[in-house]
Amino acid sequence: MSNTNDKLPENVTSLAELEDAKLARQAEDSKSQGRIVIGRFLKHKLAMTSSIILVFITVMAFSSVGWGVFPGWWDKSYLNAGSVIDGGKPTLSLVPTWLGGEGIRWGENPFGQDSIGKDYFALVMTGTQKSIIIGVVVGVVSTFLGAVIGAIAGYFRGWVDEVLMRITDLFIVIPLLVLAAVLGQLAGATSGSIITLALVLGLVTWTGLARLVRGEILSLREREYVAAAQAMGSKTSRVIFKHLLPNTIGVIVVNATFAIAGAILLESALSYLGFGVQPPESSLGLLISQYQNAFTSRPWLFWWPGMIIVAIALSVNFLGDGLRDAFDPRHTGKRRRRAGLFALPTRKEKP
Amino acid sequence: MSTEATEDYALSFNDLKVTFETAGPDVHAVKGLSLAVRPGEVVALVGESGSGKSVTSTAAMGLLPENAQVTGVAKIGNVNVVGLEAGKMRKMRATDIAMVFQEPMTALNPVLTIERQLTEALELHDVAYGKEATDRAIELLTMVGIPDPAKRIRQYPHQFSGGQRQRIVIAMAISCEPKVIIADEPTTALDVTVQAEILDLLRELKDRLNTGILLITHNMGVVADMADQVAVMFQGNLVETGDVKQVLLHPQHEYTQRLLSSVPRLSRVSVEEPAPRSEPIAQADRELVLEAKDLILEYDMRGTVFRAVENVSFDVAKGEVLGIVGESGSGKSTIAKAVLGLLPVASGTLSVKGHNLPKLSPRQARQVRKQIGVIFQDPAASLNPRFPIGDCITEPMVVHKVGSKTERIKRAQELLDAVKLPRNVINRYPHELSGGQRQRICIARALTLNPELLIADEPTSALDVSVQALVLEMLQELQRDFNFACLFVSHDLAVVDMLADSVVVMQNGKSVEQGRVDTVLHAPTHDYTRRLLAAAPVPDPIEQAVRREAWRTLNSTK
Repeated sequence: MSNTNDKLPENVTSLAELEDAKLARQAEDSKSQGRIVIGRFLKHKLAMTSSIILVFITVMAFSSVGWGVFPGWWDKSYLNAGSVIDGGKPTLSLVPTWLGGEGIRWGENPFGQDSIGKDYFALVMTGTQKSIIIGVVVGVVSTFLGAVIGAIAGYFRGWVDEVLMRITDLFIVIPLLVLAAVLGQLAGATSGSIITLALVLGLVTWTGLARLVRGEILSLREREYVAAAQAMGSKTSRVIFKHLLPNTIGVIVVNATFAIAGAILLESALSYLGFGVQPPESSLGLLISQYQNAFTSRPWLFWWPGMIIVAIALSVNFLGDGLRDAFDPRHTGKRRRRAGLFALPTRKEKP
Repeated sequence: MSTEATEDYALSFNDLKVTFETAGPDVHAVKGLSLAVRPGEVVALVGESGSGKSVTSTAAMGLLPENAQVTGVAKIGNVNVVGLEAGKMRKMRATDIAMVFQEPMTALNPVLTIERQLTEALELHDVAYGKEATDRAIELLTMVGIPDPAKRIRQYPHQFSGGQRQRIVIAMAISCEPKVIIADEPTTALDVTVQAEILDLLRELKDRLNTGILLITHNMGVVADMADQVAVMFQGNLVETGDVKQVLLHPQHEYTQRLLSSVPRLSRVSVEEPAPRSEPIAQADRELVLEAKDLILEYDMRGTVFRAVENVSFDVAKGEVLGIVGESGSGKSTIAKAVLGLLPVASGTLSVKGHNLPKLSPRQARQVRKQIGVIFQDPAASLNPRFPIGDCITEPMVVHKVGSKTERIKRAQELLDAVKLPRNVINRYPHELSGGQRQRICIARALTLNPELLIADEPTSALDVSVQALVLEMLQELQRDFNFACLFVSHDLAVVDMLADSVVVMQNGKSVEQGRVDTVLHAPTHDYTRRLLAAAPVPDPIEQAVRREAWRTLNSTK
């Protein structure tokens, strides 16, 4: 809140009057919590850079090779083999000639070609697409499940809480990779579509958020506005979905981003092990798995998908960090210098 | 003042200014404060929230956060602590300056024994070690009146009551015999009877150790009880200083005058001899809104049933205010919870307008609840932070599907007028309002559906005195206009005296005395009511001295 002490009349002699005068003078538009959060998020440099990178990767992945019925601007398909040119080396160059490079150039096969002459740019872009779709679907499914299950357990407590939390424990004690591999294999065998795989992954990754939301709701439900809502006769569903869940939105959104990053990595791991996306479809994990032997001879086949996985996972994580700081400015805000090894004398210690 | 005179001060401030750098403009918390505390003297620093009284004390302790900019002089003895190195400041704490905090539970570390915590300061300041330190700690506990200290010193904070915990915090504060103790709202978290005991203890220790005390409080009664000198702060400025009798009885500054006039006072009470009972007023045409008969309320804590309220009966008629008073744990708020349907009734009847709540189906209960409005204690937590004010006020209409959108907005505007807030706050959010303003929004929300019954659970205990006066006045006015019945739960006898028609005094879940306010609070028959009344301090140092004696005699005869 801004300090309007100086602008106020000097003769006010009651706190109540002073507060009312301040309120009457408050000229600026009132901001909802949502708008304040967005404002803080937009000022978070790392998160904004990450968003730009993420948007760039997404737009590239979907526009280049096309998606569904929409054609892309890239003319080569990831399914067609061709003749291998120059050992399949990437033709992309970013170093201009005046710096001793080959000039800024896109070339015929910017990411190179694989051993049978498939265009690697098309392959990697298709794989990125799949990874992003899986990440988003898993994020949505697991966030929805986790939030609802956590909210119900936290609100009702008692035996409902016991049952739901024991189910959660059950999911947690089984190693995620094993569970996902078995379910993914079953899903892949029946339909072969990545959406099914994503749904299945969503069904096994909601547990962390459920616990977090439950904890949050357990403390929020003791707030007086919840008691007030109950006392005025609100239905339980209204209390949960209007009063409780919106106030946990910080936890939910932040964890959704981390869930997306986690899902992309999980899919990569599964595909690498051969339990995830099956050829001839492509995904980033699958590409790494297929070309791991080429690491020494044709390293680009390994580097491109690897770098993109890292780029996506990192930027989604930074995005999550930015969101967390925006929702809860107490955690960071303007980072204050901590008294440590390199701490300089602060203003307070000056005479 | 001459330089020799300053030598005598335990703590003195000279033109102290504290400014906080924030994301917005700088906040000037203290704007030039000069004040002095002599050894063996109590100086009360009084003010409402935002007056800068706590910032002043934190500045003296050198505990201000890093974004604070301090100028001026704050001397402990002869040492200026403004800008003092952290290491030197640390050596002065406990030996020269010590602090008693507001919340005794959080001021003590729950995982360490009392012994460990008491000996810590002694060992850190080279006063005593090992067995010797423990002996000294036991001595300290005896001094602050903890029974059986040799055994209890090995216990943990949660094994003591709130009052005893505060005594332990005081023992820690005096352990190294500091020149000055800063007591920051030392009794605010405590019940009145415990408060009287703690104040007694502080007074006695101060005389015995010849320590100066800077007492920070918002309670004028505590000031009248304890202080020798009073300093009144408002918005970072010192508006008035002087002798306690002069400031409290003949305040010069307009702010002090208004502050004192807004303190609710108990009208003359005879705590000595019970007066003859006057007959209750004719009750023929009372239209009962709320009626409880032999009400028993229980909390089920994982199998063990705790009976919070036992066999309490009362009734409230239209246009009446029933006050429920008691100390913490007396079950007063539990009754409010049961009426609101937040706690099931274990036995007995609780009827609203003739409908017995425990016997109703959920659907019928919802219809009955439409006629009940509620105001809670904590204005920070009782409005959903994500709802604009307009939505908060009209929520009862949405829940009960009353009115169209435009009608709801119109109703919200009417109610904002009724609680004297500008209409444009409809689109603002709770965090933009102050505590008192939020509490007024809560009142507006409670009145949205023209309720027959208003439940007010400590509605003003989190508010400043002048804000409380405004809210109480508003409640009285609205009650006259809307003529609802009101169940008013409070620990403050003066507030109940001012507002209520009849009163129930609760102790440990039982009603010990009930009846008309003028009989119960002015001529109490039950010993507990009398002690409660005697313990509540009044903002008049002369009268308070008389009351203190009365309280001591009552206590010695108990």
